[in-house]
Amino acid sequence: MLSRRILLPAAAALAVFVVLQTAISAELLNAYQITILTYACIFVTYALGLNVIYGYNGQFSLGHAAFYGIGAYASALVTKIVFQGNPLSFPLALAAGVATAAAIGYLIGLPILRLRSDYLGIATLGFGIMVKVLFDNADKVIPAMGGARGLTGIPKLTSFAWAFFAAAAAVILVRNLIYSSHGRAIVSVREDEIAADAMGINTTKYKTLAFVVGSGLAGLAGGLYAHLYVFLHPSNFDFLKSVDVLMVVVLGGLGSMTGTIIAAVGWVFLLEGLRIVLPQEFLDWRMVIYPLVMIIVMILRPRGLMGGIELGPLKPGKVVRRLKAALVPASGKEA
Amino acid sequence: MLLEVKDLQVAYGAISAVKGVSFGVDEGEIVTLIGANGAGKSTILKTISGIVRAKAGSVLFAGAEITQTAPHDVVKMGVCHVPEGRRIFANLTVRENLLMGAYTRSDGDAIKGNMERVFQRFPRLKERLSQPGGTLSGGEQQMLAMGRGLMASPKILLLDEPSMGLAPILVQQIFDIIQEINQSGTSILLVEQNANMALSVANRAYVLETGTISLSGPAAELRANAKVQEAYLGEAGALA
Repeated sequence: MLSRRILLPAAAALAVFVVLQTAISAELLNAYQITILTYACIFVTYALGLNVIYGYNGQFSLGHAAFYGIGAYASALVTKIVFQGNPLSFPLALAAGVATAAAIGYLIGLPILRLRSDYLGIATLGFGIMVKVLFDNADKVIPAMGGARGLTGIPKLTSFAWAFFAAAAAVILVRNLIYSSHGRAIVSVREDEIAADAMGINTTKYKTLAFVVGSGLAGLAGGLYAHLYVFLHPSNFDFLKSVDVLMVVVLGGLGSMTGTIIAAVGWVFLLEGLRIVLPQEFLDWRMVIYPLVMIIVMILRPRGLMGGIELGPLKPGKVVRRLKAALVPASGKEA
Repeated sequence: MLLEVKDLQVAYGAISAVKGVSFGVDEGEIVTLIGANGAGKSTILKTISGIVRAKAGSVLFAGAEITQTAPHDVVKMGVCHVPEGRRIFANLTVRENLLMGAYTRSDGDAIKGNMERVFQRFPRLKERLSQPGGTLSGGEQQMLAMGRGLMASPKILLLDEPSMGLAPILVQQIFDIIQEINQSGTSILLVEQNANMALSVANRAYVLETGTISLSGPAAELRANAKVQEAYLGEAGALA
């Protein structure tokens, strides 16, 4: 049932991977460049999670970095402490990161998802601060977590391939979720929660589902991040990290997977690219240039780069369209 | 009684909106609740569909207690609420809006049949099938909201102010459709400020004043009632 529309982009993505991986294997790229490429993939996964929560489900979250951090710490503890750095434990560690972040997302989501818009934003912000303080003081309970001194000695297990395929898996997961009937329920909550209630949609369930999926993806990204930079510090998961990812999702366009991918990769490349382009004494200007870029993008494209637009395989699938056509055969032609 | 509301009380915090209201809708009836702004009409509908919780009293549907039932379960039982202000999904297409209405149903053939029936009743929707709901005119949006409600094959339809903000000719059209829907076997509980129109289609009516029922009876009787004419119908009503 795989159409050309799916196969071609999949082949293209694979080709991109093969080219980059070959360049890495042939040592055409230096360690710094590889790290940036890998980090861009991680950021895609991280941002896609928030797009599910905020972009598709409409639940304003200012605490996404908390789940990123939870995934990072949980998976780092698994490889470093439980398995003493055994590389074979990496998949298990990533799974532990996803599971911990998703489980905590579920527990915190149940009480706070009753809140709406700004109030939810404040609650998630509070949660994010709480988690950061917890990381700061975690060494008092679990010495290995390092507290404010940071968690060191994590094995470097995240390769470009891991990050790339994790991001690809995240894209496929989100796409299939959003275009399922569950996805339509998730989107209807964003559109109008009272109407969704009146249509018989269990809005609590779908808000929780979106929050758990989004948190889980942040946890996956966190696990990859921990094993890329091999050092975790609570400040890596503070409020500003939640704002970063929020900016990327809004900049890319709420409810657009294509937009999130472009904005996440673009944002990482822009920040690092400026580091290369700008002379040493102007490096601080990065923090002036990138907000300017954001302001300009928002003025030119108020709904984000790709607001409401999807490209290629991320458009509503043929399967979805066929299903809809089957539901309304006559009108399909006339419409 | 298909739907029975007994001594219902609803409060928003310290402010009580509904202060002990009892009424019922029989199978096949159109019953209307009329009253001024803030009388508690919409609150009663929201409480029936479970979006707002009752403080005291009970709601029975087909004999079953639904006072504490979650909104999505109430819909599954056959109660569909078409909320005030249409509340269509603006960024979803007309087709997607209708499919959302059939969300609680899993039988593909039944959904298809329902959609065909909605198109027969609202041909305009068929023309606008792949347009985002938000781009429809007010009247079309009201049709979409009602069509979306019908997609759930409800036993009773709760309509909240279907005539709000519509041109008189559209109001007439909407009320004709309400009667048609009723004739094809769906009971209707209608909340309206346009008391004249509501009383002309309803079998029975209740007049709501600041959270309590002040008058009730057959719609035709209330229409002739001097107090009702003075308070809700105005001269146009008296002449009609």
